[in-house]
Amino acid sequence: MSVDPGITAATSAVEDRKNDLVRYVFASCALVTVLTTAAIVLVLLEGAVAFFRFPDVTVLEYLRGTEWSPVIRPRSYGVLPLIWGTLVITVGSALVAIPVGTATAIYLSEYADPDVRKYLKPTLEVLAGIPTIVYGFFALSFITPIIQRLFPQTGTFNAAAGAIVVGVMIIPMVSSLSEDAMSAVPDSLRNAAYGLGATKVEVSTRVVLPAALSGIVASYILALSRAIGETMAVTLAVGMTPRITANPLESMQTMTAYMVQIGISDVSVGSIGYQSLFAVGLTLFAMTLAMNLISLWIRSRYREEYQ
Amino acid sequence: MSTETDGSFVDGLEDIERKRLYGRLFVAVCFASTLVGVVALVALLADVLYESWGWVSWEFLTYPPSQAVENFLPGGRGAGIYPALVGSIFLIALTAVFTVFLGVGAAIYLEEYAAESRLKSFVEANIANLAGVPSIVYGLLGLAIFVRWFQLGASLIAGALTLTLLILPIVIVSSQEALRAVPDSQRQAAYGVGATKWQVIRDVVLPRALPGIMTGTILSLSRAIGETAPILMVGASTSLFVAPDGLTSPFSAMPMTIFEWATLPEAEFQHIAAAGIVVLLTILLLMNATAILIRNRYDPRS
Repeated sequence: MSVDPGITAATSAVEDRKNDLVRYVFASCALVTVLTTAAIVLVLLEGAVAFFRFPDVTVLEYLRGTEWSPVIRPRSYGVLPLIWGTLVITVGSALVAIPVGTATAIYLSEYADPDVRKYLKPTLEVLAGIPTIVYGFFALSFITPIIQRLFPQTGTFNAAAGAIVVGVMIIPMVSSLSEDAMSAVPDSLRNAAYGLGATKVEVSTRVVLPAALSGIVASYILALSRAIGETMAVTLAVGMTPRITANPLESMQTMTAYMVQIGISDVSVGSIGYQSLFAVGLTLFAMTLAMNLISLWIRSRYREEYQ
Repeated sequence: MSTETDGSFVDGLEDIERKRLYGRLFVAVCFASTLVGVVALVALLADVLYESWGWVSWEFLTYPPSQAVENFLPGGRGAGIYPALVGSIFLIALTAVFTVFLGVGAAIYLEEYAAESRLKSFVEANIANLAGVPSIVYGLLGLAIFVRWFQLGASLIAGALTLTLLILPIVIVSSQEALRAVPDSQRQAAYGVGATKWQVIRDVVLPRALPGIMTGTILSLSRAIGETAPILMVGASTSLFVAPDGLTSPFSAMPMTIFEWATLPEAEFQHIAAAGIVVLLTILLLMNATAILIRNRYDPRS
């Protein structure tokens, strides 16, 4: 890419200095991204350490306790209810997005007319571009009333509506990335299977799907990682009640929703509520980082390269 | 392929009929799944339009918010989304200035200067990871660094800097793609007539990559304008009655105001929140349309 002009001797010293300066300016722009990562890690660690310095907070209770109430007495500092809320939303949204997204990808890649695909794919991607606050509103004003009609005991805030809208939101991540992976499978593999007498269904599910598996699984993990970090839709739809319950029709609280709750309240800097933001933020960051790294690793480790 | 499948390739007529039926069923299921997304999109837009019907007016765009529902009604004193609308526009304009400078600069460094090395792949992997960090974590970063450490307070500029860091990874990656699409022969030709590296970038590479860079940047900014969580953590106001008038003045933004309205108990505020969403989505639509227009106008491939 970069070509040494080999004519630097002819250019003036001023030009040389200008070139060096420009180079440093651009390099420092790239450095900002590295500094951002370092700052995220440092800020979260520093804030979390300050949280665990409070007299009655212990790391053990944080990780194992089943009651979360760091601001309101009686105080308790077990993060599990928040993790549970996040898990319910993530698993619930996966139940929506993985089957629907995968089937969509198969349809777009194997069956859809190219002209149809040209319009369908961007249309679905619009779903990913809609602000998440709008999904929260959609859950409250449309999804929850429908659930309430089916199950009258459903609360205004409930996990089911949150899981459904987050699931819809991440459908395009699954379908687009999986479709890319399936389209990258060369036709020679398909034709070889047809030559052996396989039907189109068999080609799609037993040749294309396994061949594109690494890309498909990577898209699942990426979508789930997005669901874990999803904030506004779950804050509006699922509510602010940290509790461990198996009933998806009840209100819960995710890690992100807790952070919003503290964010809009007037906690003073350095108070236990303020510091708990960073402990929860660190937990959230660690979970999404792990999933993003796994997704990256799967894609590079198991990628089938086709010419 | 498993041996079980191999056996089934030799079939009787009934088997073929069964397979045909199975095939049609499979396509039907896949097609229905595709429709799930489309139907959800239509339902969402229809729901928002239905709830907001009659609530979006000129007064809604030009008046500050109010606690009293009747002020929003026609014939009322007038109430709306004005400070948040202006706040969002200022916020995005500032974010655009910062991201264009930082994002394009970083992309130029990675594409035009940095040699293929471990350092470069580390920086690129780091950018990919940053793109996957939840937006609320950027909010915490902004709160700790810009609001507290730099002592900018809950100000417009703190919000814009936070949003800049949030969309920077996307802007860098899309700008890199735009730079990569400039054919190398053009760079060589410029070097051949004696241009320096900076002259090549400024006069040859950047002009050709500009449409691609602009498309990617506008799309990222349209993501930033809808973000609530980061500016909420930074301290964007929910009840501000005046538009921001300086870099360090407190600010509100449309998603914040919509959030506030959506959480109010009065049923009418659902309609008012929907009206706010219509304004937000309209601006998003305009930004996306601009990006697509630029792409179609200048992209040699389309």
